[in-house]
Amino acid sequence: MTLSISNLKAGYGKKQVLHDISVPNITEGTFVGLIGPNAAGKSTLFKTLAGLVPPTSGSIQIGTEDITHMRRKDRARRIAYMPQAFGCNALLTVFESVLLALKQTTGWRVNDENLDRVSDTLNALGLSHLASRGISDLSGGQAQMVAVAQTIVRAPEVILLDEPTSALDLHHQLSIMTSIRNEMDRKKPVIMAALHDLNLAAKFCDRLVLLREGVILADGAPDHILALPDIGETYRVETDLERTKRGALYVDARLPA
Amino acid sequence: MTTDVNVTQMRQAYFAQTTRRYLMIAAVFGLLALSFFLDVATGPGKYSLSTVLDVFIDPLSHGVRLKVIVWDYRLPVAITAVLVGALLAVAGAQMQTILNNPLAEPFTLGVSAAASFGASLAIVLGVSVIPAVGPLLVTINAFVFAMLTCGFILFATRLKGVGSETMILFGIAIFFTFSALLALMQYMASEDQIARIVFWMMGSLSRASWEKISLGALLLALAIPFSLLRTWPMTALRMGEATAESMGVDVGRLRVEMLVCISLLAATAVSFVGTVGFVGLVGPHIARLLVGEDQRYFVPLSAIVGALVLSLTSLISKSITPGIIYPIGIITSLIGVPVFISIILSTRREKLS
Repeated sequence: MTLSISNLKAGYGKKQVLHDISVPNITEGTFVGLIGPNAAGKSTLFKTLAGLVPPTSGSIQIGTEDITHMRRKDRARRIAYMPQAFGCNALLTVFESVLLALKQTTGWRVNDENLDRVSDTLNALGLSHLASRGISDLSGGQAQMVAVAQTIVRAPEVILLDEPTSALDLHHQLSIMTSIRNEMDRKKPVIMAALHDLNLAAKFCDRLVLLREGVILADGAPDHILALPDIGETYRVETDLERTKRGALYVDARLPA
Repeated sequence: MTTDVNVTQMRQAYFAQTTRRYLMIAAVFGLLALSFFLDVATGPGKYSLSTVLDVFIDPLSHGVRLKVIVWDYRLPVAITAVLVGALLAVAGAQMQTILNNPLAEPFTLGVSAAASFGASLAIVLGVSVIPAVGPLLVTINAFVFAMLTCGFILFATRLKGVGSETMILFGIAIFFTFSALLALMQYMASEDQIARIVFWMMGSLSRASWEKISLGALLLALAIPFSLLRTWPMTALRMGEATAESMGVDVGRLRVEMLVCISLLAATAVSFVGTVGFVGLVGPHIARLLVGEDQRYFVPLSAIVGALVLSLTSLISKSITPGIIYPIGIITSLIGVPVFISIILSTRREKLS
């Protein structure tokens, strides 16, 4: 299974946000980091892929199947999108909130298989101790993990995560990214995540796509992309790419003098 | 393996929770049945519970007079209380979900005020929006104005950039507009007409009839499966609009479908009994505290709690002063509000501790 995005254009009303986006051949089991400054069009690209914003032209393919105009509900079975998280005050338990995500695309009745899938997902993300907790009582990091659980419980072919680590402390950033990476190794979906932290992107992603003002500036392996002068230019900073003693990539950024 | 233990525990916890919810629904339903029976058994004529039960089972067991009292006077009133309570509470529950606002209900969105204006128009001017309705003039006028208001709310939700806060502001605007128009009608009305308007607005179950009951029951019978079919998308909506959409829910369409359904329920309830505030708020609120917001339990329990509240109100309205039946609108607010506030405060304390 391969995800391919070709010549995609989309926007809101007369305002075009995405100009001719092409990201070819994202093979299964690839973790793509979508990087770029605020308002680069990252969320719009995700919404277009998820079918929430209709494209004006271009195509999206999974394998050989063109899903550009697939109905939202059918598409939700194939592509799971996690929007940027906002708090929620619903009186639902963590278990229920993950179950409801699964039930959007399965039948009305809750069956054993549904319950197993919810339990497995919570387990895989280390959330089983929170299963009976109310979602409005969770900390920011826990709520973010539940949102990830709601996305991966549907076992989709493509997972889109919009800033999964925003507002999380270092421990939670690493644990969420590790969980996503583990999911990848278990079920081999395509994962795309919009990330602001370039070092986090370097550490976990297989491929980085640099977006600015709705145009793709670069697409490739992290060590290649992060070394490009475009990075500094795009973020309006000066950068050097270094390697730490352990061999990890490290982007050293500072404001231009 | 620890994993399997976790999975088993989680499933057991979920089953236990589900069982608790069904028991809760059954318990409140039991209370409703009790309240309903007491409501039928209470009235100006004092008859023992066993006598009323006899007439219940065999209408003519204690003569025609008792049959008329129980079957023609008390039963329609008691059933109307249950039905209208359920209709208002379901309408309130759904409004709160689709507008993501715990204050939304037919009263706060101006539907009741619009209905009152429609009723007053019929009372003062004898003007009907639908010709040749005869004795149902007031009810039908109230219904039409309630529907028009719901139509306006529906239209407003389709406008770009209208969020859930804006909707409540719209509701308040509608409320004030119709209150002003109502005041104008009262200003123009004769003393006798003013009395009728005021009485209508206070909300009364004495306008019960078997025709109205059949219509209300039919609507409820259609609305509950209609809502249950949309239970998963509606529960998803509680996670927020963006999250629901990302899960494949067509939020715009869901809103329209549900608002059409709610409009019918609210308009029917309000046109039957006049202004009964608060039931649409308190029913869903108590239901939420008891079973959470999984709509499979939340919507049916809202209906049952709403029915219980109005049934108890009916019972109380007859019991305060012997021989006098107070308007239910007064009772729901005077007794309901302190009870409601104490419930909110006590659960808050529980949560904090």
